[in-house]
Amino acid sequence: MVLLSIEQLDCGSLAGVNLDLAPGERVCLGGPSGSGKTRLLRALADLDPHSGTIRLNGRAQGDFPPSEWRQHVAMLPAESAWWAPTVGEHMHELHAEELVRLGLPDEAPRWPVERLSAGEKQRLALLRLTAGRQPAVLLLDEPTSNLDPASIERVERYLLAIAHERGTGMIWVSHDSTQISRVATRALRIESGRLEIA
Amino acid sequence: MGPIPLTPYDLGLAAVLVLLLSVTSYYARLAISQPLLLGGLRTAVQLALIGVVLEALFASSRLRWVVLMALVMLLFAGREVMARQQRRFTGWWGYGLGTSAMFVSSFAVTVLALVAIIQPVPWYRPQYAIPLLGMLLGNTMSGVALALDRLTQGAWQQRTIIEGRLLLGQRWREAIGPVRREAMRSGMIPTISGMATAGVVSLPGMMTGQILAGVSPIQAVKYQILVIFLIAAGTGFGTQLAVSVGSRRLFDERERLRLDRLKG
Repeated sequence: MVLLSIEQLDCGSLAGVNLDLAPGERVCLGGPSGSGKTRLLRALADLDPHSGTIRLNGRAQGDFPPSEWRQHVAMLPAESAWWAPTVGEHMHELHAEELVRLGLPDEAPRWPVERLSAGEKQRLALLRLTAGRQPAVLLLDEPTSNLDPASIERVERYLLAIAHERGTGMIWVSHDSTQISRVATRALRIESGRLEIA
Repeated sequence: MGPIPLTPYDLGLAAVLVLLLSVTSYYARLAISQPLLLGGLRTAVQLALIGVVLEALFASSRLRWVVLMALVMLLFAGREVMARQQRRFTGWWGYGLGTSAMFVSSFAVTVLALVAIIQPVPWYRPQYAIPLLGMLLGNTMSGVALALDRLTQGAWQQRTIIEGRLLLGQRWREAIGPVRREAMRSGMIPTISGMATAGVVSLPGMMTGQILAGVSPIQAVKYQILVIFLIAAGTGFGTQLAVSVGSRRLFDERERLRLDRLKG
C-alpha cells in the first residue's frame, strides 16, 4: 500500500526523483548541505514550482486545493514562523498531555513568542502541526536540530508514536546517523541531484 | 478684480532664493546642490511647456486632444510609480499594475465628477478636465506607489511568516492578509491626514491658487472640498485595486508565494 507516491519529480537541481512512502514509514533523508533536501520537501508541500507527479492515496497533488494539500502533507520547516504575540494564538487545539510528551509545561500556550528559545520554538512548531490535526504525511526538516539530548529523545518518541498510532508517513531530513538508525525504516541520500539509497 | 500678472523679473527673484539655497547646500556638503538646480530648471522648462500646451488645448477644445493629453499624463504617472518601487514586479506587471490601477480609479472619478457634478459644456472642457485629472493622478500616484512598495517589501521581508502560514494550511489571502492591509493603509493614510489638517494647518494649493486668481474664498473652498473628496476616493480606490491585484500576483495558481516575480 502506498501513501505518498513521487514520480519523476524535477525541482531546481533535483532531477528524476522517484519515491513511494507507505503508511507509518519513516524515510530519512541525508546528503550534504545545499544538496536539495529542503527543496524536495518544499516541492512535496507544493511550496515551490516543480514538475512530475505526486499523489496522496492515489489522488494527484493538483486535484487538491493547495491549502488542503498542505494540511494533509504537512511540512515542518527548519525555521518556524510566528506572527501573533503568544504561542496559543498559533495553535489549533492543544492538550496538556501533548505538551507533557514534549517536555513542555501547561502554561506554554500563554508564553510570549519573543521569549521562546530555539528549542522551545522547534517543539511548539511540531505540536502546532500535529496537535488536533491529522496530517497523512509529515515532512520534517531537521526537527531536532536545536534540541538537547533529552528533548531529542522525547521528540523522536512522540513522532514514532504518531507513525504507529495514526499511520502517518514521514520524510525526515537528518544529518545525525545515530538518529537515522533509531527512527528510520529506510535511509536515503541526495547526491548531485539524485535520490540514492544511503 | 483680476490676478496681478507676474513678470519674468518676479520669477527671477524667486529663482535667486533657490540659487542661494543651492550655495548653502554646497558648503554644507549635502550633495544636493546639483539635483536642486536641475530640479529648478526642470520645473521652469516643464511648466513653461505645459503652459503653452494648455493654451493651445484650451483654444481648440477637441476631445481627441484632451484624451491624448490625459494619456500622456497617465503614462508619466505610471513610470513614476514604477520608479518609486524598490522591488517592483518583473516584466509588464512592473509598469502595468500601477498604471492600470491609476487609470481605472483616476479616470473613473474624473469622468464622474465632470459628468455628474461640475457639468461643464462640453463635459470634457479641458479647462476643467485636465487640472482635475492632474490633481487626481498626482495624488493617486503617490498612494499607489507607496502602497505597492509596502506590499512588495512586506512580502519580501515576511516571506518566512507568509510561507509558514501557507504550510499550516492557510489560504493565500489569509497568509498575506496583514501585509496587504498594511500596504493599503499606508497608501491611504497621507490622504486621510491631509483631510484632517486641511484649512487648519495648510491651505490647500488649489484653493490658494483660486484665491490668488481673484475667486472669492467661499467659492474656492467649495471647489477645494469637492477636489479633496475626489482625491480621497480616487487614491483610496486606486490603492485598494493595485494592492488587491498585486497581492494576488504574488501567488501562483497553486497558492505558492512567488517572490521570483519581483525584481532584486
